[in-house]
Amino acid sequence: MIDFLITFSLTLLMVLMVLNLGGLLLWVERKGSAVLQDRIGANRAAVFGKLPFNLGIVNTLVADPIKLFTKEDFVPPGADKLLHTLAPAIGLVPLLVTFIVIPFGDVLIIGGREITLQAANLNIGILYVLAMVSLSVYGVVLGGWASNNRWALLGGIRGSAQMISYEIPLGLALIGVVLAFGSLDLQEITRAQGALIGGWIPAWGIVYQPVAFLIFLAAGIAESKRIPFDLPEAESELISGYFTEYSGAKQAMFMLGDFVEAIIVAGLITTLFFGGWQIPFLLRDGFHFPWGGTLALPSLLVTLLQVGAFTLKVLFFCWLQIMIRWTLPRFRYDQLISLGWKILLPLALANVMLTALIILLFE
Amino acid sequence: MAEAAAPLLRAQKDVAEHDPTSEIMELQMGPSHPATHGTIKFNLTLDGEKILNCAVEIGYLHRGFEKMCEQRTWNHCIPYTDRLNYASPLINNVAFALTAEQLLDVEVPERCQYIRVIMSEISRITDHLTCLGMAATEAGAISVGFYLMESRETLYDLVTAVTGARLTVSYARVGGVTHDLPHDFAERVRAAFADMRRILSDCDKLLSKNRIFIDRMSGVGAISTEDAISYSLTGPLLRATGIPYDVRKAQPYSGYDRYEFDIPTGTQGDNYDRFSVRFEEIRQSMRIIEQALNGIPSGPIRIDDPQITLPEKKQVYGNIEGLMNHFKLVIEGVKIPPGEAFLSVEGANGELGFYLVSDGSGRPYRVRVRPPCFFGMAALGEMLRGCLISDIITTFGMVNMIGGECDR
Repeated sequence: MIDFLITFSLTLLMVLMVLNLGGLLLWVERKGSAVLQDRIGANRAAVFGKLPFNLGIVNTLVADPIKLFTKEDFVPPGADKLLHTLAPAIGLVPLLVTFIVIPFGDVLIIGGREITLQAANLNIGILYVLAMVSLSVYGVVLGGWASNNRWALLGGIRGSAQMISYEIPLGLALIGVVLAFGSLDLQEITRAQGALIGGWIPAWGIVYQPVAFLIFLAAGIAESKRIPFDLPEAESELISGYFTEYSGAKQAMFMLGDFVEAIIVAGLITTLFFGGWQIPFLLRDGFHFPWGGTLALPSLLVTLLQVGAFTLKVLFFCWLQIMIRWTLPRFRYDQLISLGWKILLPLALANVMLTALIILLFE
Repeated sequence: MAEAAAPLLRAQKDVAEHDPTSEIMELQMGPSHPATHGTIKFNLTLDGEKILNCAVEIGYLHRGFEKMCEQRTWNHCIPYTDRLNYASPLINNVAFALTAEQLLDVEVPERCQYIRVIMSEISRITDHLTCLGMAATEAGAISVGFYLMESRETLYDLVTAVTGARLTVSYARVGGVTHDLPHDFAERVRAAFADMRRILSDCDKLLSKNRIFIDRMSGVGAISTEDAISYSLTGPLLRATGIPYDVRKAQPYSGYDRYEFDIPTGTQGDNYDRFSVRFEEIRQSMRIIEQALNGIPSGPIRIDDPQITLPEKKQVYGNIEGLMNHFKLVIEGVKIPPGEAFLSVEGANGELGFYLVSDGSGRPYRVRVRPPCFFGMAALGEMLRGCLISDIITTFGMVNMIGGECDR
């Protein structure tokens, strides 16, 4: 019973964390882009009258959702009502449950009980991630198809082609990491990254697999359908692409889905390439510096530090994606597909081959 | 064009009964679409994303400019010309005034010529910044678009300081301009240009040397030199194909032969060349303005002729002759001798021409505009054939249709 409660609360915690982080990213996106573009950005709504400065938190975290949830829920004539309603959910739910396999800390020791800070300790974690991310393609395709709108259809077609094409380099990049660490379990992979190469350099995934990291970043942004890969949406070309005919809460779900996907990409990059919750030289009982010093820390503090490190890394990669989104122009459809199939795929294959060869030779 | 595509459509439909992948989709892009700014409609015939035919439908912003002008005195037409190319209203003002002056067979004082050149070139820069900024935004590089808009704003501040308005400037008059430049104008221009050079070099790094952007623009919407001439394209569209034709050099007006500047040209006639030509023209315009500010003489800013220009306010309020002069000019207009004249200037999008006919009554008998982007729109369908949907946005952005000017 208590095991079930622990798993349940961890899962709930993860889902809520992702949802809240998604909302927070909306704020970062609106206010951050304003900073980037020398604008003021969202600053109209305030709760306690006029403040000397307004960070737009009320705007983006309260006013925007209220606006979206109270808008008319419009289903266009001739649309498939069931699929039109179902599509945002099909797009969002698989993404929300993806995060449960990503470990956000080592272990939490409470009352002699060791709790692994990972909602679902699947030994095929990576496959689960890939499966769930693939499922969310259906949201895009069905949304585009069920809307009875040609712009939405074009967006849906673009979305399905893009997401399926980029899943292949994404998966192949992961295979490189799996080969390097010899496990599909994300917690195992993270623990393996606590080792030190030559006693100094943390054995993070990026050190073993720099090429895989770049491929994963590119394919990951393509999966989350954000600039420079936002072709399914492409507001200057396809109006809003696959969610042209969506309004109110359903549209909010699609938008949130993109943010959640960005968080998943950030979480996976952190876990696979940047040591997850690992802090260099921090072991379970404290810091062990390579120059000989040690700094003992209580177990709870170590756990908190690890969770904090993981959160910071995830936030950094979310921020990085938002910066990329506001800096680069977008690709064209044919260029996007040829980048995926002619550059990323061969590169990812070569990376897997090379990794396998090196492992074969040295072990 | 829709008729021309009909047999093709029928044939494709027959095939489509057997093979669903060859089905043709018809799609109406606009008039209410994020990218069709200026209000325009593209009737597209698509094979997947590929454009088989693109019929361009213009006229959504038709206001009857030419007919309206016939109801007003010559100077009353100046505010209407603001609304032609609203991204560079000062050039339209100057072009109209110059044509009317040609009918009158007078020449404005030298200081006025300098002021007109300075203000026209500032307008050319704002127009190009608008065009490039929109192109960047529509290609997805929204931040770069904002940077360019921001630097345009510094120039609008200058325009406001001189004319009192950002867009509806109504600055030129037949025989002169309304106000002189403010006393600190030269310093303000230099400060604004220092700022703008920094932003332009930022945008150079972010956009014109960005691999994604180059791939999006180069080889797209290309048109050959022969086709460009036969469509009578002018301005950046023609210069991108390699022909250094610029009205400022070919038939200098307002003393443009005093200034040293280059005419940037392209080689391919594609969108990237158009982009680069416009980008470089901004720099050349800055050169012209700096030369003009160094050489500007002092003196009157309008012709001293009571038949053409309004008297000083002191005269209007001080004596009856001045008051009557003012009244007659405002109510009846400048009496331009009967005749007709055509004059073209280098607008931001190409050759902007005014054809004016006078019957000696104080009002134009006929006004006709040669809007540069009208011809670009005629060629757009040809440029787009065989391209993808995304290319419509970049090509349309580079043709830079301004609805007010194209539809009049």
